[in-house]
Amino acid sequence: MVQKLDNLMESPSQTAGPYVHIGCTPNFLGNAGIYPVDLGASAIREGAKGEIITITGHVRDGSGMIMRDAMIESWQPDAEGLFPSANETRGKADPNVLGWCRFAADFDSGDWTLRTVKPGPVPHIQGMMAPHISLWIVARGINIGLQTRIYFEDEAEANARCPILNRIEHRARVNTLLAKKTGDGTYRFDIVLQGEDETVFFDL
Amino acid sequence: MTETSPTTGPLFPRDRFWHPPAYTPGYKTSMTRAPSRPLVATSSTLSEETGPAFGRDMLGERDNNLILNFTGQPAIGERIIVHGRVLDQSGRPVPNVLIEIWQANAGGRYRHQKDGYLAPLDPNFGGCGRTISDDQGRYEFLTVRPGAYPWPNGTNDWRPMHIHFSVFGSGFGQRLITQMYFEGDPLIPRCPIVRTIPSQEAIDSLVAPLDMNGGIPMDALAYKFDIVLRGRRQTMFENRLEGL
Ligand SMILES: [Fe+3]
Repeated sequence: MVQKLDNLMESPSQTAGPYVHIGCTPNFLGNAGIYPVDLGASAIREGAKGEIITITGHVRDGSGMIMRDAMIESWQPDAEGLFPSANETRGKADPNVLGWCRFAADFDSGDWTLRTVKPGPVPHIQGMMAPHISLWIVARGINIGLQTRIYFEDEAEANARCPILNRIEHRARVNTLLAKKTGDGTYRFDIVLQGEDETVFFDL
Repeated sequence: MTETSPTTGPLFPRDRFWHPPAYTPGYKTSMTRAPSRPLVATSSTLSEETGPAFGRDMLGERDNNLILNFTGQPAIGERIIVHGRVLDQSGRPVPNVLIEIWQANAGGRYRHQKDGYLAPLDPNFGGCGRTISDDQGRYEFLTVRPGAYPWPNGTNDWRPMHIHFSVFGSGFGQRLITQMYFEGDPLIPRCPIVRTIPSQEAIDSLVAPLDMNGGIPMDALAYKFDIVLRGRRQTMFENRLEGL
């Protein structure tokens, strides 16, 4: 016998199920009257410094079906790479960047949209992480929230040096993490849960 | 003063054998929604170690009272208090974190356009609530006991009574959604969603015991539900690139 570690186990995850909107985006669902606004309705306030961008995409499952029940949360730093977080120790982030946003796929089209500021690079012990937005995706059928990241195709140099992107052995798959420029300040980022062009998901 | 969970430092890696795997054929929808390639795994970074913070000023007075928070008139059902603590894996309280819940009404019906179960809606039950853990990591809700409900999976699958929980930590990498079950519910071991969890020990950690001392006589029964979030490493040795 050996001594016992006093660590607890994390509470096991369970699917968010088909009705996640009731708890997380009740106003979006049409259940108005409980909260004045849904939490995380915007990642930025007017006046945020940096390039304002709009990213649109959908989430597709392994049968090719566009998921109309997915809910996504995003988390990112400001244009300088500082997080608007109580535990950011490197400096004070832009007060108009909230960093966290919550959005659900449209019930009809399945498209989601994130309007935010393009994030700055963030240090890592192995160098700088290229500008990225962290995503956490939940839905019916997803047993534990999926972590992925939006990187930007127009940040080729930073992407090539990013220690996290460089962890991806199958280099062709890096492409699944790159938001594609569709216009001035607009990007497309489709997420594929399973199959041929499956998005890279992380365990971080 | 209690020592609370640290808010900086690398997160403990997730134990993926403890959580449900992504692909669980007993829960049919997971089959096409599970990534088929391995997750790219590496230590947490600043992006996971930082996260949004929520202040109590955003809470409405009745946000954690699901019996009254929809119309102000009481919802129908068995009145219960659900309370507990948010802890980290080192057993320390996690204060000031947002906890959101949602659930079916006493008849097992959700207020959602996709729920067509024949149990009626309760005009006074919205089905969601939220609160922020106190400086000891404690939280509480007043609600009604949710009903069990059938769902299309197998030919006769029923969800046990449950409350959905969404919890934030101090880092985005601690984000967790789970479900609370009720002690003694015979539907728990029969539920394909419960059974996505590999071990009985892990399942038991989501079953809230009846807490006779936590309730209010002649008013409400109580159930205790503690939530454990990923811990943070605290070491005197800084992480160095060369490893030495
Ligand atoms: Fe449910």
